Amino acid sequence: MTPMQQLYLLVPLAPLAGAILAGLFGRRIGRTASHVVTILGVAVAFVASLFIYQDVAAGNVFEGALYTWGRVGDLAFEVGFLIDSLTVTMMLVVSFVSLMVHIYTIGYMKDDPGYQRFFSYISLFTFSMLMLVMSNNFLQLFFGWEAVGLVSYLLIGFWYERPSAIYANLKAFLVNRVGDFGFLLGIGLVAAFAGSLNYAEVFAMAPELLDLTVPATGWPLLTAICICLFIGAMGKSAQVPLHVWLPDSMEGPTPISALIHAATMVTAGIFMVARISPLFELSPTALSFVLVIGATTALFMGLLGIVQNDIKRVVAYSTLSQLGYMTVALGVSAYSAAVFHLMTHAFFKALLFLAAGSVIIGMHHDQDMRNMGGLRKYMPVTWLTSLIGSLALIGLPLFSGFYSKDAIIEAVRHSQIPGAGYAAFCVLAGVFITAFYSFRMYFLVFHGEERFGHAPHDHHEDAADGHHHGLAPGQKPHESPWVVTVPLILLAIPSVLIGFVTIEPMLFASWFDDVIAVLPAHDSLAGLREEFHGAFGMALHGLMTAPFWLAAAGVVSAWALYLRFPQIPARIRARVEPLYTLLENKYYFDRFNEVVLAGGSRWLGRSLWRGGDQLLIDGLLVNGSARVVGWVAQAARLLQSGLLYQYAFWVIIGLVILLALWWPALRLGALS
Amino acid sequence: MMNNFPYLLSLAIWLPILGGLLTLCASAPRHAPLARQIGLAFALLGLAVTVPLYTGFDTASAAMQFVEHQSWIPYFNVHYSLGVDGISMPFVILNSFITVIVVVACWKSVQVRVAQYLAAFLIMSGLINGIFAAQDGVLFYVFFEASLIPLYLAIGIWGGERRVYAAIKFFLYTLAGSLLMLLAFIFFFQRSGSFDLAEWQALPLDLRSQTWVFWALFASFAVKVPMWPVHTWLPDAHVEAPTGGSVVLAAIALKLGAYGFLRFSLPVTPDAAQAMAPILIALSLVAVVYIGFVAIVQADMKKLVAYSSISHMGFVTLGFFIFNPLGMEGAIVQMISHGFVSAAMFLCIGVLYDRLHSRRIADYGGVVHVMPRFAALFMLFAMANAGLPGTSGFVGEFWVILGAVQHNFWVGFAAATTLILGASYTLWMYKRVIFGPLVKPAIQALSDLDRRELAMLGVLAACVLAMGLYPAPVAEVMHVSVEGLLSHVTAGKL
Repeated sequence: MTPMQQLYLLVPLAPLAGAILAGLFGRRIGRTASHVVTILGVAVAFVASLFIYQDVAAGNVFEGALYTWGRVGDLAFEVGFLIDSLTVTMMLVVSFVSLMVHIYTIGYMKDDPGYQRFFSYISLFTFSMLMLVMSNNFLQLFFGWEAVGLVSYLLIGFWYERPSAIYANLKAFLVNRVGDFGFLLGIGLVAAFAGSLNYAEVFAMAPELLDLTVPATGWPLLTAICICLFIGAMGKSAQVPLHVWLPDSMEGPTPISALIHAATMVTAGIFMVARISPLFELSPTALSFVLVIGATTALFMGLLGIVQNDIKRVVAYSTLSQLGYMTVALGVSAYSAAVFHLMTHAFFKALLFLAAGSVIIGMHHDQDMRNMGGLRKYMPVTWLTSLIGSLALIGLPLFSGFYSKDAIIEAVRHSQIPGAGYAAFCVLAGVFITAFYSFRMYFLVFHGEERFGHAPHDHHEDAADGHHHGLAPGQKPHESPWVVTVPLILLAIPSVLIGFVTIEPMLFASWFDDVIAVLPAHDSLAGLREEFHGAFGMALHGLMTAPFWLAAAGVVSAWALYLRFPQIPARIRARVEPLYTLLENKYYFDRFNEVVLAGGSRWLGRSLWRGGDQLLIDGLLVNGSARVVGWVAQAARLLQSGLLYQYAFWVIIGLVILLALWWPALRLGALS
Repeated sequence: MMNNFPYLLSLAIWLPILGGLLTLCASAPRHAPLARQIGLAFALLGLAVTVPLYTGFDTASAAMQFVEHQSWIPYFNVHYSLGVDGISMPFVILNSFITVIVVVACWKSVQVRVAQYLAAFLIMSGLINGIFAAQDGVLFYVFFEASLIPLYLAIGIWGGERRVYAAIKFFLYTLAGSLLMLLAFIFFFQRSGSFDLAEWQALPLDLRSQTWVFWALFASFAVKVPMWPVHTWLPDAHVEAPTGGSVVLAAIALKLGAYGFLRFSLPVTPDAAQAMAPILIALSLVAVVYIGFVAIVQADMKKLVAYSSISHMGFVTLGFFIFNPLGMEGAIVQMISHGFVSAAMFLCIGVLYDRLHSRRIADYGGVVHVMPRFAALFMLFAMANAGLPGTSGFVGEFWVILGAVQHNFWVGFAAATTLILGASYTLWMYKRVIFGPLVKPAIQALSDLDRRELAMLGVLAACVLAMGLYPAPVAEVMHVSVEGLLSHVTAGKL
């Protein structure tokens, strides 16, 4: 193994070692040692990723197997690495955000009895996520896919005494399993028709698969493969209608909301589609499907963010909406823009979540924005970093979010693929919505009158479990300790700068050239590429375009409605009551799932059990045949009475019957 | 070469039986500790003699290995003939391993008739090794039927309240099937003049007689697996059986039916098997889907895991009858994995039952607060039961699903629903038992795993993880045998 290959191996294994140490021996080595080993593990992974980045930037790409997991017939199942520009981008994002979250956790979880367990989980997550992005084949991708799902399940249910948390984690796991169902079928089709699970080999086979159909269905093979795989991405990256688990996942501690449910795990689906772009490029149908799903998610999930009062849920719906933007980018074949937005979003959304967590610490675990207001004064660092995060999110020119979002909007405008018109409307309207809910949150939390310290307006359903304290009357919020604020600052820097610095190499130069395939006919970024004259020029130009003014309008509306004339929202709400109810109930997705899917399954299970197993099989066939045997025995017993005259009677009857049957035959015989 | 070491298989069969008879000598209640020690010693010894079967196995050969051949009843041309190939060898080891676990598991929970309990399980272990090793029809049949008796006794004597109903249901169900198998064997003997399995496999048969024989064999093996709709004895048997009985039943006894398909139905009646495959595939899918739904609504933990076993065995039969390497190897790997996972699941339920004497899910809740180690191990096994990658439960399911997609997309589609169903019933149960606030006083008094329980579950956890992360060593011993079987079946006899 070359030194470079050892370095590759070190990246996932260092966090794994930390996770094992903190997980198995956490109680013995204590709290401090637990966070030291895990942070060290992730830091090693980050530094190693930096070296690997240099190596990849110098033009070195690695593709190779670590070991053969199994082999059946001609199909080899391997565990191995593919290290290229896409991988190393993801490695840097994952390890950096994870490192920030690890440090932040020291402050956020400092009083929690599950401290070591938490560090073990988030390190295990980092390991799984790194294995996912570093994979060179579908098997390992699926391994990482499920492993991050497992850790997400464990972390959403981290506070397992809360009924809402263990409901949310089960829901998250099952909804993701629905996605995995499609994902696995996609992998099955790949294995059956390409005869390999290795990316490079499958991509090489792709042109030959173009004209095939799936037997027994008649579907074009590549479209079927891509849509099946994308269903997996819909689960993991929370696209409508498999998005329902993500808002509920906010039951988990805030650091993991930032790491798993905003920056990294939920972007696995985006990463996956970008990784296998050579397949998606060959199926315009699948791309249209992706586009429509993404556009729907981008707009309609953003709308839900407007009616939320829980600070984390606003950010969660914002995440859903932004994931929709990334999916839209995939749909118009702007894979590099999707990955670019994935990266900028990872920084500013992790920042927003961690800042929300800092607010929650300051508010003594009250998450209701109606109890906040005016926090700017008490939490200056949190305030400033939140503002930076929000500006990046709404796409203020020069901020990172501007570059990535503008690139997506431009790509959609240039795309010819069916559904692009609808998507263009959704992403543009989404800009206004994003700005509106972001600054609604910002104003409600950091500006206006101080509403904390009163009796809570709204008793949270699980207020009794001791996690939703809130501030006592007269108590003031306070700024969080440095372990919390330093990660905020460190995340704020890339939130501002990363777009400006990287847009040129990532979108317009050759960084992703050999990794992401785009057919010339699908190249929706071509227009933007021609107009591009430097990042600064793009920002200047951005000031004159519709998205900027839509965003500005959103900010101003939020300011007017929630700061200047706070009595108006209630009036609007009364005017559009049905719409509000629809949003409040999240379009009734949850109700439908609970009643029709979950309830239906239980009903079906009970009917099959009682009707099939107990009534039909056991009642009729098994015990029934036992009963028949019993009856026959009983009837036979009646015959054996021991009374001679009865026997004689039966003998005579028998004789008569026999004669009656044989008589014609005998007569016939006599005649002949 | 270890291959030349004689009598390994005989040792694997007769050592546990000898151990069982010896424990019976210590059957007085005051000798219970001695009986346990004898039992454990022989269980370990039995496992030790099976290790060379793996290390000395020639993976390049599809022929029977470690062969023993002696005349037994010359008049009927019956032989005491033993041997294992890549398909049966893993099960001899698995069975001997599970026996050790069963002996350790009963250390404290069985307090009445200890020696008899141990004797039943040790003797059963030897007989089951005999089933997997037998290369003669009569020998197979004798082991097959004899192994019923100890299990019947285990359920009928050490079982729960409705043990007699369950034991008789179990016995009659399986016996009825076996009689048809005996008829089939006699038919083979008439045709071939031999009870040698190898000769039966080469025996030319026309499609009509193959079909009759196929269904006769099916009656026996389908009940054992169990396949839908002859599965209803299993939940009853599991619920009433003592923990050890459930473990052996799930981990080993169910594999006998599946093994029968591999050893008899497929090779002896290959054309009938192919002709009837659509029916068998349909029944397997019904088991996966129908039983999956039924498992969701179970209120009794053991019943739930029993139904989940049926569903998992549906994958095994599905894998056999799609006739491709992925399906077949996946099915065999699934059988082995299910041996670990179902054993572990029943042991976990046994751990809870020992403490609270209830199997009802509703009686639990918040167990993680008082039994964190147990909760962690149980989580691993639950995830393996739900087929999470990285655990052994994933490997077989994954391969069978891949094989099924290759066979027919819709078959794969139906099979893949297990991803959702398996997670639903397993994790919903886990949630209700382990998570939640600690409110019930009885739960507050529970104590975490002791060292013996930790060792027992820890070993199983290691097996589950090892096989999930690196299944190649298990899979590669069976490659050649599976290839041979598949080419034999595809070639047919017509």
